This record gives sequence, structure tokens and C-alpha cells, in this order.
Amino acid sequence: MITVDVCLYADLGRYAPHLQVGQPQSVAAPAGTTAGGLLHRLGISVNVVRLVFVNGRSRPLDHVLADGDRVGIFPPIGGG
Amino acid sequence: MFGTRGRPFLQPPGRATLFAEIIGAHYHPPTLELTGGGQRMHKLLRVDMSKRTVAYEDLPKRYSQMGGRWLTSRIVADEVPPTCHPLGPENVVVIAPGIVTGTPAPTSSRISVGAKSPLTGTIKESNSGAALSPKLARLGIRAVIIEGQAKPGEFSLLRISKDGASLSPAAQWTGKSLYEAFPALFDAHGGVQRVGIMAIGTAGEMRMASAGVAFNDLSGRPSRYAGRGGLGAVLGSKGLKFMVVDDTDAPKREIRNKDLFASGRAKLAHALATHAITKPKGALNTYGTAVLINIINEAGALPSHNFREGRFAGAAKIAGEAIFEGNKSRLGKELYNHPCSPGCTIQCSNTWHRPDGSEHTSCIEYESDWALGANCGIDDLDVIAELNQLCNDYGLDTIETGGTLAVAMEAGVAKFGDGQRAIELLHEIGRGTPLGRILGAGAVVTGRVFGVERVPAVKGQNMPAYDPRAIKGIGMTYAISTMGADHTSGYTIAPEILGVSGKTDPLEAGKTDLVRNFQYATAFLDSTGHCLFTAFAILDIPEGLEGMVEECNAILGTHWTTADVARIGEEVIAIERAFNKAAGFTEAHDRLPGFMAREKLPPHDVVWDVPDEELDKVHRP
Repeated sequence: MITVDVCLYADLGRYAPHLQVGQPQSVAAPAGTTAGGLLHRLGISVNVVRLVFVNGRSRPLDHVLADGDRVGIFPPIGGG
Repeated sequence: MFGTRGRPFLQPPGRATLFAEIIGAHYHPPTLELTGGGQRMHKLLRVDMSKRTVAYEDLPKRYSQMGGRWLTSRIVADEVPPTCHPLGPENVVVIAPGIVTGTPAPTSSRISVGAKSPLTGTIKESNSGAALSPKLARLGIRAVIIEGQAKPGEFSLLRISKDGASLSPAAQWTGKSLYEAFPALFDAHGGVQRVGIMAIGTAGEMRMASAGVAFNDLSGRPSRYAGRGGLGAVLGSKGLKFMVVDDTDAPKREIRNKDLFASGRAKLAHALATHAITKPKGALNTYGTAVLINIINEAGALPSHNFREGRFAGAAKIAGEAIFEGNKSRLGKELYNHPCSPGCTIQCSNTWHRPDGSEHTSCIEYESDWALGANCGIDDLDVIAELNQLCNDYGLDTIETGGTLAVAMEAGVAKFGDGQRAIELLHEIGRGTPLGRILGAGAVVTGRVFGVERVPAVKGQNMPAYDPRAIKGIGMTYAISTMGADHTSGYTIAPEILGVSGKTDPLEAGKTDLVRNFQYATAFLDSTGHCLFTAFAILDIPEGLEGMVEECNAILGTHWTTADVARIGEEVIAIERAFNKAAGFTEAHDRLPGFMAREKLPPHDVVWDVPDEELDKVHRP
């Protein structure tokens, strides 16, 4: 198993009410879990996610997570 | 007091002739001829503050297709000697609605303000959503030109209506709060529905280089700003305190091809209504622009403590999500954002409420939130709200002011994170104490006075809320912009961070084409009167851009295609670059400060490493 720190942002809280928006939370997952696999474990559809940041870098859904990774998950957002 | 008088379009003798020759090589007048008589009613309104005269001029044919930034930059280039002092009588301020402003085109009530900037010494265009912009357009005024200079200490109010324009004394309001002045002015001039107001605050009266130009929102707050570049100081130097625009009984804007306009408008409106970022209850409408705090922080590019770090421990406490949740808890209901100007469908402007539910400020934009928050190490939204409100009240650009406070903190004038001291310093600026005068002159002057090297500025303007070391394309944009460090001149954050308009790695260089294309597209967008945020939708939905071009064609009688977007944008940039060149700017000025090539930015531990040749290739492909 690995443990990653997951942070959900913007309106993603509505898809995972058990997680707090903006607060990192530890999530355990089997070794080899991908970013997409993590979304599945959290019960968040890939359709509502635009970006997954792993340790500050935007990564594709097939990116394999490592123990201790910081994962930030975002719906489509913009501003300026 | 002063009636309208016709005056032939004449350049003052000798003025800017040399400059017209210099740019002749770059500027090609539009070849398409206008047909029909509708443009006959289009005017320039020229206000001479030295003589206290106003005069309407027929719109010169060569300006006939221009609007917004295209027109302000063209007129500034034609009329301002590039080497003049920005606060002297030779400078002019040009205020122009966009090409489609005043029509039912969605989200198109921007106003462009142009002049030579006292902050950067370059040409400047700063734009804002403004209730008065469509009013000016419906009065047939394509631009107001403020020239000359009043006697020192003499401030006026310019009132414009269908019956003409006149100047009257504004002495009653000098040195006063804009939040006191605006309600009284609305009462005196017929109310929020009837008039729109432009103003400078005390910072502009004192000709501070960080003074912005305020416009009222739909509720009459003096909260929308053409903030950047110290254009409030230029208006202050001229002695213009307020401009009140009343469009009662003004005709509708003429649309030459109504079917084409309807088609274009529908395409753009559909793109805005369906894109996840711009749709109702989408990210902007729900969380405001400050929704960016968390993602830029996550990307390691949120400048914290005067650009020492790329992450801020208090980011989540000040983010758009925290504003939404804080308001919800204090008001007992969800509060979605409101439009800053007429006809906006995106509606991203927020309010922040005190614990008792009363309104504290509007609007805490991403840039303001960051500048007055993360960049100063401040993680308390109530403090940020107070700083934001004081900037609005004194008439200050929040970005330059926050950047300056951070440089002052670097110098030990205050401790990072000391919100109460930051509030005191804001009052020093507003009252014009000696320290306040230094801070009001901006980050570069403050750094020089206090011997600080870490001043994150380009061409005299403090950087906005993206650290260039961690997002290379926006760093290139800061470097090569005609306006000094400016994210809105080419928002490469869209593909570099947000996954809009494709996706590119923010830490990689090699983005000359991307940066150039964003410069051109944005210069066009800034000329239409549409808000920059329409870009999120039209970058991803091609019909949206088609619709925007169709709107322009329907109004102007042109036959532009989407290919003309880059052509027009290139022309705007060429006008601005030629002005800057004649003002003494070279490629040596298109550089980021040296500390960024030396100091690693955590968490990615990156330095600024884009070669100078890549920067120079943006404008010399």
C-alpha cells in the first residue's frame, strides 16, 4: 500500500462529501495506483476533473502514484 | 458651462509628426472602405484641460474600424511625443469603448484607458468593465481625449450627455473618499441607472504612479478599475477628477447587418453559456477569479513573501473557495457573483461580508487577493478585504500596491504577515505622508529608496500573481509586453496551467510562438470591448471566436475572417512597440530582474532560465 496526500478543490467536494475541500487528507491505495485509479477510489468521475497535479506538476490519468505524493485535483477553472 | 463647439480635426503644430514618420513603416491603414452613412454620427470628444474647452470632432476615417485598445494606442501614438514626461501637458488620456460595446454583444462593456504611463514610461492601455462604456458608445463617442493641463490643484468634473459636454468644478470632492463621493454624485446626476461615473481618488490627485482609474459597477460602487500603469496619476496631472456619462435618449448603436450580428452574438453567447469556466454557476460565477489561488499554489507558482516562494501556507484560507464558504457561513446562504458591467453573462465579481453579514468590499479579485494577501504573507480575508477597500477608496491599483507593500516588508518597514501595519501603510499612501508618497510611487521606487534588490518588476511595473520562474510563458510575456509586467497582455496561463486551449508544460521554455500568438489575440480582444475572460470559451470553442468576428463585421461593415484577428492584433502591438522604441526602449528592457536568474523558487527550485534570444524572437520571428 501507498499513502498519498489528496486535496480536492472548487466544487469537487460535492462529488466526495466525505472529503474537505482545500484540506490535504491522507488516502491509502494499493501500490501501482494511477491518478485515474485514485479518482475511482474517491468516487469522483473523470468527467468532472480537468487537472490532476502530482507534486506540483500536471499529470495524465495514467500517471502512477508513489508513496507520499501530494495530489491536487481540480475541475475546469479559470480567472485572472 | 462650456457648450459643444465644432472643431476641425487638427493636430497641434509640430506635435508627434516625427513619430508618425517613424511608425509609417509599420502602420498600414485598413484598406476596406466603409459604406453607408451610419458612421457619420461617430465622434471623438476632445477636452482641453488648459483652455477648459470641449469639442466634438468627426471620427477620422482611418480610425473608423478601431475601438478599445486599438484606438487608444493609435491616438496616443499619433498625438503624444514619445519622450514627453507622462505628467506633462503633452501627454493625453484616451478613453474608448470597444468596437461592439453598447450593442447586445455579451460581456462587451469594457472601457480602455490609454496614455503614456508614469509608472513604466511606455505606452499604456488598461481596461475595465464599466457601466459608462456602453453609454459612451450609444452617444456615438468612440473616444474621449483629455489633453492639456489645468492649473495646479484645480480639479473638474466632465459631464457628457446627448446635449453635449461640459466641465464644472470638483473641488468639493478633492481629498475625499470615493465611497462618499459616488453616492452623492449619483444623486446629483440622476441615479445609477441613468449615469456611469469614472473617477480618480486621492492617489490620482497626488499623481502617484500606482494610481488607477475607477469606474462604478452596476450597484454604483467605485470598485472597477483600469488599475495598471498609473493612469490615474495622468488624469490627476490634467485636473480631471470625474467623468459622468448620461445616455438618456441616446439612440441605439447602429448595426449594419442585423442578421449577421444575431448569428455572431448567438455563437459567442452559446460558447460562454456552455464552457465550464464561463457558464452560470461555473467556476468564475461561483468562486470568482480568486478560484485561481489554489491551482497556482498547487503548481508552485503563487508568489509568496515578495516572490521568495512559490507556495503560500495560507493559500486555502484566502482562496475563492474560502470566500464562497465564508460568505455562506456569514450570510446563511450561498452567494453567487454578480456582473461588473452591463450585459455580462459570466458574472465573476464578488463581494466579501463581515461577520455580521454587512458588505465589506467588492471585488476581491485573484490579483488583489494575492497581492495584498499571499505576497505580503497575509492569510486573513478580513484584512485583505480592508486593504482592498482602502485601495478602491484611495484610487490605487491593488497589484502595484500589494507588490509595493511586499517590497516595503522586504525592507523591514513592516513584518511579512502584519496585516494591521499594512492597513496603516495604506492610510499613509491615501493621506500622502512622506512615507505614503514613496509607497504610492510603486514597487521600483520603494525598492530604490530602501535599497532592496528583490523587486519583481519589468519596465517599472510590479509583476502580477504568477511567478515567472515556474511558468515560463507568462515570464516571457512579462518581459516582452509593451506595458511592463502584465499577465493580461497574453494570458498563457490558460494552456500552461489551466488546460484551456491545449496543454503545455509550464516549466518548459520554447514558447515564442505561443507567447506571440497570445499577444496578438489579446490585442484584438482588447479592441472589441469584450472581456478577456471570453477567451476561456473562445479558445476552446472555435464558433465562439467566429461569432466575435461576425459581431465586428456586422457593426463595422467589414469582411474580417478569424485570420484577421492576428493581423489586427499584430498591428496594435506594432503601434505600441514603435511608440516605446521612440521613447527609448530597447530589447535590453525586455528582461526580467536579475535575482530571478539566481534565486531558486521553491518548491520546484527553479530559476529564470529562458535565453534572451528566445525573448527577442517573440517580436523578431
